[in-house]
Order: sequence, then C-alpha cells, then structure tokens
Amino acid sequence: MFSQLCSGQINVLNIAPPRKVTVKAGGTGDGKLTFQLLSGYHVNSNTPSDQYLIPLRLTWNPGTLEATGVVYPQPGIQKFAFFEKPLSIFSGEVSLLSHFKAAASVTPGLNVITGKLRYQACNDRMCLTPKTIDVTLPVEIVR
Amino acid sequence: MIAAPPARYNRIVTRLTGPSLVFAVAAFVLVLGGCSKQQNTANDPSGLKPGAARKSAPAFSLKDANGATVTLADFKGQVVLINFWATWCGPCKVEIPWFVEFQQKYKDRDFAVLGVSMDEDGWKAVKPYLADHKINYRVVIGDEKLTDLYGGIDSLPTSFIIDRNGRLAATHIGLVDKSDYQNEILKLLEDPKPAAGIQPGADVLATLLGPNQRP
Repeated sequence: MFSQLCSGQINVLNIAPPRKVTVKAGGTGDGKLTFQLLSGYHVNSNTPSDQYLIPLRLTWNPGTLEATGVVYPQPGIQKFAFFEKPLSIFSGEVSLLSHFKAAASVTPGLNVITGKLRYQACNDRMCLTPKTIDVTLPVEIVR
Repeated sequence: MIAAPPARYNRIVTRLTGPSLVFAVAAFVLVLGGCSKQQNTANDPSGLKPGAARKSAPAFSLKDANGATVTLADFKGQVVLINFWATWCGPCKVEIPWFVEFQQKYKDRDFAVLGVSMDEDGWKAVKPYLADHKINYRVVIGDEKLTDLYGGIDSLPTSFIIDRNGRLAATHIGLVDKSDYQNEILKLLEDPKPAAGIQPGADVLATLLGPNQRP
C-alpha cells in the first residue's frame, strides 16, 4: 500500500472481481469486465480524439470461448487545459461487455478465459506510461 | 474494488489509540517523506536545489533522429533541460512550444533542451511528431536503462534541469508553469562557466580527489 503513495507507482485502475460467464456448448454468452479508475484520472476511450493518443483496448485470447466482440460504453467528452480539443475518455467505473461463442464440441465444466487490457491513464497534469494487464473471466460451459 | 478499502482503513484507524496512533501517524509521515525527491521538487517548483545538494546527472549515450550519438558530455558547460515526454502525452504537448522557445532564445547563452521520447514505437511515432511540432532541439528515444538511471520515469512529462557543472539542479514531474522553468534556467545561466577540462559529473570525482586534483 505504502509504495503506491508515491507518484508514478500508483495503480490507478482496479479490476472488480468478474462474474462467471455461463455459456451452453454450441451457444453464445456475454461477460462483463468492470474496472474503477482512481478519482482524478481518466483513460482514453477506445476511440480517442487524437491520432497520437493510445486507445483503451480489451482483447481475449483464444481458448474455451471465442470472443466475437467487445462493446465499449459511451465515452465521456471532456475538455482539459492541456489539450486543444475535447478528449474522448472514460473515468470512474467502466464496464466492458464481451460477446463469446462456445464450440459445440467444448467440454462442459468450469474454466477461465484470459485476455489483455491495454490502457493509458492521465490526470490533468501528467500521464502515466501505457500499461497492458492480464485479465480473466471465469467461465462455465453447460450442456 | 476501490470501494472496499475505506471501510477496512476505518476499522484499522478505530483500533489505533494513544501511542499506537502517534506511531502510525509518524510512520505515515515518514513513508510520505521517503517518496522520491522528484516528488518534493515538483511540489516546490520555484526551488533549485542548493549547489551542495546537487548530484551529478547520470551519463548516457543515445542516438538522435539523424542517427548521431548524443551524450551528456556533449553539453559540457551548458545548462540543459532534459525533458522526458511522449507523443501520447497531452500535458507534454503544452510544454513543447515553451521548450522550442527556450531553445531559440537561450541557445547562444549555453543553454540546450534535450527531449527524451518514451514512445514504445520509437522513431516511427516520433519523427512525424517532430515535424508537426517544429521541434528545434535534439530528441532521443529513451530506454529502460536511461529511465532507471534517472530514478524511474513513470509519469510524463518529467523534466530535469542540469547546471553548468553537469549536476541535477531541479526536477519537475507533471505540468508546471512556464515561468518556473524560465526562472530556473535564467538563474542557472548566471552561474560562471566551469573551468576548462571539467566534464559533466566531474564534481563527484573532484570531491573524491580533493580540491587540488580536479580533473
């Protein structure tokens, strides 16, 4: 905890424990990944306002389920003193919905699907270096 | 979840009474005091470190956009502003025109800006940006070795101002006022030029060797 008090070592993005995704073999299902940003910080949305900005990106590794899409929430549009045009950002609590498809041949039971969340956070005076973190969703395949 | 810790901390705080509370507060203050000097300097933007407290800037050797080698020794006797930045950093974008202006205004008074880009894509990302923003000072691509030497750079912009003797005179993390930079640069430019033969960082060796054996 104490190491996080110094600037630059702050973990500004905390992932909430995800709910299990239940999918029938051969069927589809949705999973939600929710994270909370530290007050005062934001991340660029998946569609940033400037070509140089690094977008939020959630990707899932091939595994028990096949990811067929990620739905990002509606970004906030906010003006910062440091940028000439309003920025497309996420702040506070953010939930990303992922659509999954299970093969008919997949074995029923409990499993996890793994992925990566890439983000780049700033506050109104500084930016933190981009990070890519591992994320997981518990999965249950049923008949 | 972020929502969880406050309740836990409340429980901890309610258990702390008398001496244990004093100890906990003292420990907290000590931990905060143990944060990097960079953080302290950032909170005191008007302050150049006193000469005796300045440490030698770590030496480095990196390539600029033209492939030429850039070393700290290239700036011998100069006041140097080393700015760690990235193309994706909005606050950095505010400072860059200031640095372009400083470079133009003070280059004939032994001042130089050196930009250190922290872009993971290297020159592919940086070269178009340099052209777009008409950057008139040298820029290199930073690496982990360099950031480690400079205390770990996790936040951008981070800037170091180096005095004529190659010592770290000021550090700024995050966006600060243009006038803070300008005042510090002008103050450092008033210092006399070091005697011929003194290299950036030579003060450490001089201290070890003694006053009559300066390199």
